[in-house]
Amino acid sequence: MSLLAQGAEMARRSVLQTLRQPAMVIPPIAFPLILMAVNVGGLQAATDLPGFPTDSYLDFAIAFPFIQGSLFAAINAGSSLARDVETGFLARLALTPMQRAALLLGNLAGVMTVSLISAGIYLAVGFAAGLRFEAGAPGVLVLLVLALIISLAFASLGALIGLRTGSGETVQGVFPLFFVLVFLSSNALPRELIEQDWFRAIATVNPVSYLFEGLRSLVIFGWDAEALALGFGFASAIALAGVLGSASALRTRLVRT
Amino acid sequence: MTASNGIEVLGLVREFKGGPRAVDGIELAVAPGEIYGFLGPNGAGKSTTVLMLTTLLPPTAGTARVADHDIVAEGPAVRAAIGAALQEAALDPLLTARDHMRLQTTLQGVPKADRRRRGDELIERMGLADAADRKVGGYSGGMKRRLDLALALVHRPRVLFLDEPTTGLDPSSRADLWQEVAHLARDEGVTVFLTTQYLEEADVLADRVGIIDHGLIVAEGTPETLKAQIGRPSVEAVPAERGDRNRVAAVLARFGAPVAASPGAAAVRLEPGEDLVSVVRALDAEDVRVADLQLHQPSLDDVFLARTGRKLDAGDAEAPAPALEEQEVAR
Repeated sequence: MSLLAQGAEMARRSVLQTLRQPAMVIPPIAFPLILMAVNVGGLQAATDLPGFPTDSYLDFAIAFPFIQGSLFAAINAGSSLARDVETGFLARLALTPMQRAALLLGNLAGVMTVSLISAGIYLAVGFAAGLRFEAGAPGVLVLLVLALIISLAFASLGALIGLRTGSGETVQGVFPLFFVLVFLSSNALPRELIEQDWFRAIATVNPVSYLFEGLRSLVIFGWDAEALALGFGFASAIALAGVLGSASALRTRLVRT
Repeated sequence: MTASNGIEVLGLVREFKGGPRAVDGIELAVAPGEIYGFLGPNGAGKSTTVLMLTTLLPPTAGTARVADHDIVAEGPAVRAAIGAALQEAALDPLLTARDHMRLQTTLQGVPKADRRRRGDELIERMGLADAADRKVGGYSGGMKRRLDLALALVHRPRVLFLDEPTTGLDPSSRADLWQEVAHLARDEGVTVFLTTQYLEEADVLADRVGIIDHGLIVAEGTPETLKAQIGRPSVEAVPAERGDRNRVAAVLARFGAPVAASPGAAAVRLEPGEDLVSVVRALDAEDVRVADLQLHQPSLDDVFLARTGRKLDAGDAEAPAPALEEQEVAR
């Protein structure tokens, strides 16, 4: 049986796991939208700041749900794999002819499928609320691709933690650390408008800033090659590191002769 | 030469880093279609042996062939020939029985056209048809164990490893599972390697029993042979008056050496030529009244006690083998 067929079956399982847990479906969709709505309602005045790139805070804030949704994807991926370790399900899989890569591929593909559905909802809500998209329809497609790579990046980090620790609690415990990274980025203001020097310095070295800026550039500026290159570059680098780390952790976990 | 669905183990050793040898050079052979009961106290090496034989843990030394394949050199071939239900039913609580069957049949390479039929057939056979579309998280322990067994059978394995399959089950669920295991061996010719903490289970099911202690097999044979080695039955008497226990013990001592007895009772292993009738006459002659008098034939419990110096009960179940990652680190 091919790796793809095995991966597809594992992806189906991953999607079922998520859809059968309302707590894994509703918060990743509702919380980012609620937080975006709060920000849009409270920070519209920020668009009056000299140098703010748009007069609609919604256009600026639409990137937030994609990043926060990716954090939930990380939790889903990590928790699912940790549960497989805890319950011994991994040993059951090890006794089948399944290739190791199929487990990881399936888990991440399943999580990304859910992320894609969430992304569609974020965009639908955004457009309903008056989102303007400078890059047009092709830009929407590029944004979805970037959002999926970001989702893969965080999900693979979650998978790495889940496989390395084998503990769902640890995966959940890491979630706030990811959140700190999000809030210490250019999520609420452009970097150049952050007044505090220390905050701006951290936001500048924080890769999450470039993920925000890559997504945002398509909405606000149209086709900004530098922002897109940095966004895709950092997302791909994190995803590569996460996938390689997860594969290594899986090799250690899934021992068989 | 190992038969096509037998098990042959030669000098199998497993050492964990910083610890004693969990398995210390065991040798055993299981014939095709045989049910082999593997008994041992806590930490004796039962689960470690099963993990090695199922290819999930490389041995430190020694060799073993399962279904005529070397467990180290031919891991994939071994896995294709075996089914296993390891300690604790390893199920996904969010999936239904049918989802599990679909996943397992797909990963085991069952032809697409047969997957649904094979899954439904096993679900039906295990009595899970009514619950097939319910999430497994809501199943009882017995239902989970039956599904676990069904999943181990989807690819029609020739050798089945069951690691404490009835632990925690109620007597009815246990009996159901025994029936299924017996059917697999007797009617389908599946070789069964069964570890258990229940001596009764080994007594009822196993054609032969191996007792492992401190990583070594200390006794092996059919349950009848092993019990015959212990030989003589024991007599246990419970005095009608609590204060008469010493008098009862004194009378019984004429018929054999004392053995462990229930609280308030006395018991002896009968010397050759002695029998229950003689004991009753002696008690009567001494005017000692008893509330209960029982003749115990030797059991596997006695064999276990004689070979390991301790009793095996449900509280003495083997601790799970180290997690796979710990095992890997230990290599």
